[in-house]
Amino acid sequence: MAIDLPFIWAAIIAFAVLAYVILDGFDLGIGILFPFFPEKRDRDVMMNSVAPVWDGNETWLVLGGGGLLAVFPLAYSIILPALYAPIIAMLLGLIFRGVAFEYRWRTKRGEFLWNWAFAGGSMLAAFSQGIALGALVQGINVVDRAYAGNWWDWLTPFSVATGFAILIGYALLGSTWLIMKTTGDLAEKARWIALRTCFATIAAMGIVSLWTPFLRPIYLERWFSWPTAIFSVVVPVLVLGCFALLLTGIRGKRDAQPFLAALSLFVLGFAGIGISFYPFMVPPSVTIWDAAAPDSSLSFLLWGALFLVPIILIYTVYAYWVFRGKVDPEEGYH
Amino acid sequence: MFESLDATLLARIQFAFTVSFHIIFPAFSIGLASYLAVLEALWLWKKDQVYMDLFNFWKTIFAVAFGMGVVSGIVMSYQFGTNWSVFSDKAGPVIGPLMGYEVLTAFFLEAGFLGVMLFGLHRVGPKLHFLATFMVAFGTLISATWILAVNSWMQTPAGFGMNEAGQFIPLDWWKVIFNPSFPYRLVHMVLAAYLTTAFVVGAVGAWHLLKNTAPRRSRTMFSMAMWMATIVAPIQILAGDFHGLNTLEHQPAKVMAMEGHYQSHPDGAPLILFGIPNTAEKRIDYAIEIPKLSSLILKHDLNAPLAGLDTIPDNLHPPVAVVFWSFRVMVGIGFAMLGIGLWSLWCRYRGTLDSSDWLHRAAVLMGPAGFVAVLAGWITTEVGRQPYTIYGQLLTADSISPVATPAVAASLIAFIIVYFLVFGAGTFYILRLMKRLPRDPMPDLEDGPIRTAGITPGPASGHTHGSAHHGH
Ligand code: HDD
Ligand code: HEM
Ligand code: HEM
Repeated sequence: MAIDLPFIWAAIIAFAVLAYVILDGFDLGIGILFPFFPEKRDRDVMMNSVAPVWDGNETWLVLGGGGLLAVFPLAYSIILPALYAPIIAMLLGLIFRGVAFEYRWRTKRGEFLWNWAFAGGSMLAAFSQGIALGALVQGINVVDRAYAGNWWDWLTPFSVATGFAILIGYALLGSTWLIMKTTGDLAEKARWIALRTCFATIAAMGIVSLWTPFLRPIYLERWFSWPTAIFSVVVPVLVLGCFALLLTGIRGKRDAQPFLAALSLFVLGFAGIGISFYPFMVPPSVTIWDAAAPDSSLSFLLWGALFLVPIILIYTVYAYWVFRGKVDPEEGYH
Repeated sequence: MFESLDATLLARIQFAFTVSFHIIFPAFSIGLASYLAVLEALWLWKKDQVYMDLFNFWKTIFAVAFGMGVVSGIVMSYQFGTNWSVFSDKAGPVIGPLMGYEVLTAFFLEAGFLGVMLFGLHRVGPKLHFLATFMVAFGTLISATWILAVNSWMQTPAGFGMNEAGQFIPLDWWKVIFNPSFPYRLVHMVLAAYLTTAFVVGAVGAWHLLKNTAPRRSRTMFSMAMWMATIVAPIQILAGDFHGLNTLEHQPAKVMAMEGHYQSHPDGAPLILFGIPNTAEKRIDYAIEIPKLSSLILKHDLNAPLAGLDTIPDNLHPPVAVVFWSFRVMVGIGFAMLGIGLWSLWCRYRGTLDSSDWLHRAAVLMGPAGFVAVLAGWITTEVGRQPYTIYGQLLTADSISPVATPAVAASLIAFIIVYFLVFGAGTFYILRLMKRLPRDPMPDLEDGPIRTAGITPGPASGHTHGSAHHGH
């Protein structure tokens, strides 16, 4: 049997998207939590805790999008027009929050503006990503290799629910990151928020998971038929396990445990979605193999990816390592 | 006129608008990243604090510009899908992997080392820090290489075939990447970025020389910038000439539009310096021209025949007026840059480089010239390619997404408002940073007792955190 290039690429793209969600998730989360920390000193520390890494985190989004264009051009050219409004909203949100990292330090009078840009942009980006996810799970209407729906199709109660779910989930990631990276009152407050957002996240995951199987018969079948039904048992159990670790981590004032548990929660949620999706790239009609570019494109990029992704991971880890430990409120180049 | 605002036209305006904003930042950050690497290398080598002070000064400016480059670039990579989905579906198998390589080899490299470069000097020490700076600079150049391969392939496609689904499929990656116009475009664009940055640095140095704020650092940066202008401007003109010859071979209609040649000239074509393109009558009104010079430049023979737009069907003409003018703007600026370079060389020879107020004023005036030339150059290139997105293969009108006109219109308006607001603010902050060059810390003996500059150094100068210390 020949190597199934589309399948390998689907796995790589899924990995890029997951890496994006958990990495940019916590730094968007910092922005989402900004309104709860009105003190300038706290905000400076919060921002400094992600300033050296946010650009790298966001690059996974470019890999997800650019990679999709390269290896699944059909999926790219169906999904983006279908999700036109949420994508544009996400891009605008990312602009506001991205520039805030520098602008905020460049002005005293206008600082409040860029605080708002950072918070508002992060929320808008997170919410739009959630909406996009919901709209994709719901399914996209395709005729003749092109999107055939209306430009408001993405807006449904379900997609709004996923929008809020992501917003809450990112807030959880952000607060547990702060527990890990900060000290004193700031960390204490982050713990207080994490304790609440973790319950909210579990509730949101529950609602979305119960809702999904009823959107399309295929999902229902997938979750309640053998052998995939195993996952219907295993995933929730693991989720509860992570939840327990999260709670004990927060209550026991551990530094890293809450963040790692929150990350695992996201990985599980992502796996759940992956199980529902497979083998579709664009539910309910375009499969991974329909959407794939010719093998010559897939193999050309695969060589590079196999060689380069590990190197990228190494220097990404190095960059995190350089800035390890608690943030020193006096440090930063500003 | 407004009925003609269909989704295609709006999407074109949106693409032109967002990419024009985007290219301004890379043009600056490619050059500035290399400049920072040079400054840090000089500091490590000569141990002269002036280089570290300059490094810190430009680093802050770089951070702001780079941030704007990143966020405007992310918009670009999604815009292919939102507005040009048919193009993406068809061309994705060829251009997608190239952009994928750009992400893997360049964007991650830049982003990964940016944090260390901006915040990490005290954590990793000077040597590793220099490595980080170098990696960022190297990343910007790799990025330019890939994206220009993509753009050049759209201009002069090669090494591809078609499949049943109507997609372009790669047959020979080497030919795809090293397509006929790629080497020319890469050289021309990278030189353009270096020139753009040199003129910005030169303008800032000149401004502070005029104000006498920090003579030592201003002198150093002004001199470095003027060397760049003197050396690179002539090379750029030469590169542009070769680029034009290459275009004549592969995209003749574009050159006809650039030259304003509506008619064919069987025995020697004139070089039209200025004039007003008249599309309706297909001629250049009030043309000021030099006989036979165009044939000499393009064919190296005064009497060589040159075909005009009359040999091309009307519906395949690019918009002549835009191309004609933008080309002249770029070339005009190219010669003005050469002029400044030669003038500075003359002053250097006379020993008046630091004291010639007129040269300094001219350099300040030329500060933004590179950006204008870069935009003019891209407009020549892109508009001259019309009516195709993939030259000779895929029409712009056939590339558009099935999106509703109101959706494109609304997003266009949102982009315009947000870009002017956000990037306007960024430009303002950058200009303000440029203005705040802290005074030189040491008494500057050679300059004599100028005001009290040496006696009361600015509050933030003298240590490596130096420049632009506010916000905290
Ligand atoms: C000649 C250079 C050049 C040109 C023509 C373009 N870019 Fe660019 N781009 C860069 C040079 C560059 C850069 C210098 O490498 C940037 C600037 C800031 C940065 O992070 O990298 C960048 C950033 C940048 C980013 C953000 C990367 C990140 O997250 O770090 C994206 C997604 C794009 N670009 C995509 C595009 C697209 C789709 C273009 C074409 C339409 C384009 N660029 C034209
Ligand atoms: C970065 C500098 C660039 C500038 C300033 C620029 C400018 C423009 C302009 C003015 C147009 C509109 C042309 C018209 O409608 O008459 C255009 C269109 C377009 N350009 Fe570029 N361009 C740039 C780079 C690129 C690159 C690097 C690519 C490919 C990766 C690209 C791909 C396109 C596409 C797909 C369109 C839309 C279709 C079209 O109208 O041709 N451009 N660009
Ligand atoms: C005076 C001498 C110059 C000549 C003869 C020249 C020639 C050209 C030509 C013929 C093109 C179009 C190529 C094509 O589309 O196929 C071009 C594009 C361009 N030019 Fe110039 N140019 C000159 C100066 C400059 C300067 C000073 C800058 C900027 C500092 C610049 C920046 C650009 C850019 C960014 C492009 C678009 C990218 C590309 O196609 O390379 N040029 N130039």
